[in-house]
Amino acid sequence: MTDHTDTATANGATGAPLWLLAELTYRCPLQCSYCSNPLDFAAVKQELTTAEWIEVLTQARAMGAVQLGFSGGEPLVRQDLETLVAEARRLGFYTNLITSALGLDEARIHALRDAGLDHIQISLQASDPDVAAAVAGSTKAHAKKLAMARAVKEAGYPMVLNVVLHRHNIDQLDTIIALCDDLGADAVELANCQLYGWAHLNRAGLLPSQAQLEAAEATTQRWRQHLAERGRDMRLLFVVPDYYADRPKACMGGWASIFMTVAPDGAVLPCHSARMLPMDFPNARERPLQEIWYASAAFNRYRGDDWMQEPCRSCDERHKDVGGCRCQAYMLTGDPAATDPVCDLSPDHHLIEAARREAADDSRSAQALTLRNARESQVFCRA
Amino acid sequence: MNPNTDSSRVYYLRRGWRLQWEEAQQRHVLLYPEGMVKLNDSAGAILGQLDGQRDVATLIERLQAQFPEAPDGAIAEDVHAFLADAQQQGWIQHD
Repeated sequence: MTDHTDTATANGATGAPLWLLAELTYRCPLQCSYCSNPLDFAAVKQELTTAEWIEVLTQARAMGAVQLGFSGGEPLVRQDLETLVAEARRLGFYTNLITSALGLDEARIHALRDAGLDHIQISLQASDPDVAAAVAGSTKAHAKKLAMARAVKEAGYPMVLNVVLHRHNIDQLDTIIALCDDLGADAVELANCQLYGWAHLNRAGLLPSQAQLEAAEATTQRWRQHLAERGRDMRLLFVVPDYYADRPKACMGGWASIFMTVAPDGAVLPCHSARMLPMDFPNARERPLQEIWYASAAFNRYRGDDWMQEPCRSCDERHKDVGGCRCQAYMLTGDPAATDPVCDLSPDHHLIEAARREAADDSRSAQALTLRNARESQVFCRA
Repeated sequence: MNPNTDSSRVYYLRRGWRLQWEEAQQRHVLLYPEGMVKLNDSAGAILGQLDGQRDVATLIERLQAQFPEAPDGAIAEDVHAFLADAQQQGWIQHD
């Protein structure tokens, strides 16, 4: 097949942040026990104003950012979302709304369309309403999501459905994919739970078994064939859980490489989890994004490979997986510059094996996991 | 693979996808939900001609006018091959 893509890039120089994730708020009507938001999210009170967000969008676009995700928390909680979408679209962003669908109704679907919103991604928790209710901490959310997914397709949007997979829903994968097909999804992200934030807190109760995972991969493969035979264009993206891998993921394509997150209070991060690291991140209220991206100590800290330790430092694969994930290294070893313990060459890989054993011995139901809400978050807030 | 596409066919970008010139990257990109294809010059020039009205023959004429130095038949060959491939990849559709 001929390649129509342009692969030329500047030699070794830091490129532009092509992706901007705007976490508009940490407020959310759901309480998903796998949420990747920080445990102490309730400590964040001062959300950026509409004018401050517009300034962030303007600066990021001038730097070359082109894909924009409105996320959270639940971004629909912000009543200025339509204003921000309109401004983003005027600036030339491709605008993605990453939502639970709570807070959506037909009027808002059309208002967002009129504002220029390009795409809506809706999260589903399960195909079974009881499992969905237990995981999201809401008995009403599931039916609402299904209704809104249909309305989104009727309004003509491209729609991606995102399903976070874990031991309590992964065995339903066949009916989950069937549901997504029925809802008219253009693509489905079958995202094995990444174990950060609240998911890390609930890790032993979320991690599936190897057998569950293998069955899920086989189901996905079977569905891909089935969809292809029907000529149905619904892409299935299966995100493997790195606790069952022997090499780490190239997290975010490398630290501060193409991705920039702005948190609800203006903290600028190289990914939405990095806030947990023991370092100070600059704030968009105080410094221009251009300076933060190219010149701040935080954004330069893990660029390139000078920071790497053994076994990464002398490893032939260090540019392929960039040493894995800094947050995972820190959470598991206490050292953010360590090799991601997912790698079986890491001296800390036994921590991953121990986590798998711990999960195998955990018999909690989905209802027994810690829900992500402001009350639970207070426990983690520093005075 | 037979690269020939019907010359009377009218192609358009997949619904919800967008072709855009990116000044910062100095190239055309194809934007879609949570993703981007960085296009080379010829792919950008061909997709830039799709307006939902022009058929393949018209695209070729317009590109020939735009690039008169191209050897005879080269543009037509490129356009047919590209459109077949772009359709295969789900970038474009036709009625």
